Amino acid sequence: MSAPASAPRIWQRFTPGERIARSLLYIVTVVAVVWSIKTIEIIPEFLYDAPEQTADLFKRMWPFDWAFYPKAIHHALIETFHIATLGTILAIVLALPLSFLAARNFTANPLLNLVAQFIFVSSRSVNSLIWALLFVAVFGPGALSGVLSIAFRSIGFVGKLFGEALEEAQRGPIEALTAAGAPKSMILVKGYWPQVEPAFWSVVLLRWDINIRESAVLGLVGAGGIGVALDAALNNLYWDQVGLILAVIFTVVVLTEIVTSFIRSRII
Amino acid sequence: MSAAARPPAFPVSWPVRIAWAGLALYTLYATSILNLTWARFLTGLDNGAKFLARMFPPNMAADKLDLIATGMAESIQIAVLATFFGVLLSLPLGLAAARNLAPKWLSWSARGLIAIFRSFHPVIVSILFVKAVGFGALAGILALIVSSMGFVSKLFAEVVEEMNPKQVEAVRATGASFWNVLVMAVMPQVMARFVGLSVYQLDSNLRNSTMVGIVGGGGIGAPLFTAYQRFDYDVVLTILLIIIALIMVAELVSGRIRRIFQ
Amino acid sequence: MTPPASGESLLTIRNLRKEYRPGQPVLKDISLEIDARGVTAIIGPSGTGKSTLIRCINRLVDPTAGEILMDGQDLAKLSGQPLRMARRRIGMVFQEYNLVERLTVIENVLSGRLGYVPAWRAFLRKFPDGDVARAFDLIDAVGLNQDFATRRADALSGGQRQRVGIARAIMQEPALVLADEPTSSLDPKTSVEIMELLAEISRTRHVPIIVNIHNVELAKRYASRIIGMTGGEVVYDGPPGGLQDSHLKHIYGGEDFL
Repeated sequence: MSAPASAPRIWQRFTPGERIARSLLYIVTVVAVVWSIKTIEIIPEFLYDAPEQTADLFKRMWPFDWAFYPKAIHHALIETFHIATLGTILAIVLALPLSFLAARNFTANPLLNLVAQFIFVSSRSVNSLIWALLFVAVFGPGALSGVLSIAFRSIGFVGKLFGEALEEAQRGPIEALTAAGAPKSMILVKGYWPQVEPAFWSVVLLRWDINIRESAVLGLVGAGGIGVALDAALNNLYWDQVGLILAVIFTVVVLTEIVTSFIRSRII
Repeated sequence: MSAAARPPAFPVSWPVRIAWAGLALYTLYATSILNLTWARFLTGLDNGAKFLARMFPPNMAADKLDLIATGMAESIQIAVLATFFGVLLSLPLGLAAARNLAPKWLSWSARGLIAIFRSFHPVIVSILFVKAVGFGALAGILALIVSSMGFVSKLFAEVVEEMNPKQVEAVRATGASFWNVLVMAVMPQVMARFVGLSVYQLDSNLRNSTMVGIVGGGGIGAPLFTAYQRFDYDVVLTILLIIIALIMVAELVSGRIRRIFQ
Repeated sequence: MTPPASGESLLTIRNLRKEYRPGQPVLKDISLEIDARGVTAIIGPSGTGKSTLIRCINRLVDPTAGEILMDGQDLAKLSGQPLRMARRRIGMVFQEYNLVERLTVIENVLSGRLGYVPAWRAFLRKFPDGDVARAFDLIDAVGLNQDFATRRADALSGGQRQRVGIARAIMQEPALVLADEPTSSLDPKTSVEIMELLAEISRTRHVPIIVNIHNVELAKRYASRIIGMTGGEVVYDGPPGGLQDSHLKHIYGGEDFL
């Protein structure tokens, strides 16, 4: 069982190809970081001022302008919630059929796959804030623009992840149903859906959570929600109102996380 | 059992039905509350056509492209630095948050810190940093470092918690020191996912760095917003197309990189 | 490794007791002497403390009371550096192989030296040449082809993985090898091959092996001493030839499996 005595055997951890790739990566990373540090403009006076400015900021924020809440914030908060939720629902309705087009095991046409993937990438590349700029220019300021911005940004997110979940569905059950002579619609409902359902809810809950956060800032460019109040307070330098709004946003985000964790543990 | 006494094979799940009905009702309610009428949508579409007309063709004037190039370069720099430092800081923060590695007090504090980092949208954090360190790229970088840490640390902690303890136990049984166990049992399991997370975060930061400029955080957001406010929609289109192209390239490259380290 | 004089005792276990929950001992005052050579097989039903006994020896489980003496040290009382030093000299083979799946075969075998090399060597994978040469020899010795060396552990079959696990344990140049149900995840043919390998290693390298095993036939075939446990106590201790049906009935309770 033992090999004859010969020249000492050398162990190479990486193949030459791997080594080149890894070295290249390290070099590119170092170059990128060094280039960025050298060309970024940092004004030393501002940096020097920073601790004082930060202290000043917190001093002006606290105590919060509690009276501001019922007047402006409560209504805006509800609006933010609706924007986030409706936007998510709209995104799901639009993204779901596209996901089926994008999944290579469901739709065999590579052109359709590509088109759907392209739509998803474009949707993801544009921030919801930038979508908001566009929609405000088209539909005017207000919640309609907000809902569409959230929806258009979320299509890419939901579509990509759901499409991947579809592609990861096991062939076994699908084969069994096809062999039994089931129509395509039934294969979808009884073969694919049960497998991808946990992933679906996971993605939906995650995106809804993120959308609550995003909806809160859309108002900064006029697309409705609590961001409008935030924008007004910032422009007027009413930092105590700003503080209150930030605290409210923080609370809502935390609550949303708790709710989504709870739903997640029950459903998935 | 006679046919009458058997339980139904597919019992109706009333909670689920009620939930779906509730969702449908909610949609109708919210749509009306927000005044999202079909009429408004149609007027909007009309506006939309005019809007698109003003966007085409995209403005390719040399001076504009120059401005855009500077802005994009700055956005890339912001993304690179925010990812580099954010990921570096996420390594210890993520390890501290892992409940199977860190003592309770540490993991709870770390998780609390991560939650705070995640709660605020990068735009809001940018606004605060702009007040603290002034307009410019630094505010954007700091804001995105915070959001990077919120994302990467959390997921990294989950990766560490999902580690297979048996592999670690076996290496410990050989008498290996703590650092040896880390290097030969923990890191091989978590490093691939960590690299994947970092690359994903670079992508995400590239996206976000294009928008922090809207509130003063540097990058292409500022020229974008300026053009927008001046109704120079053809410039806006140029910028958008370049952003989309950049993100697509970045996604392709990051996919490749993740496969190398797989 | 020089062959020990016959009858030389390597490990002395005195009054070993383990309670996972107070008042419910899993090991009840076990006392044993393990020789410095041969294969000792521990048999008994599931949950009877076989695995706990083995894991107390290298302290993957902490005993509640009792002594485990090896080379003049009480393993039960060690911690920190001295414990690591002691563990270096005890190799372990696991039921589920417990290889680091993302590492290659040779990296897993070299892990056996982690008790001896500093962390920077492990990080840069710059193990001493002698160690690397030994690792290749061991990969040979456990019956694997040389081109397995750079394959990732999760690309191997169960039997192949266990061979790597054995190579890792021997890499430590141990004074004792513990094997916790090394064949329970393997098919019958591979189980025989692995037990064959363990017995051969014990013989040629003069290292005693303590094996936990379900399969009584394999135990009788390859062990020179059988310890039967039931309910946390030792109820048989002797050569395989002396193991009668009555003993087995006592150990396993009931006759159905005979």
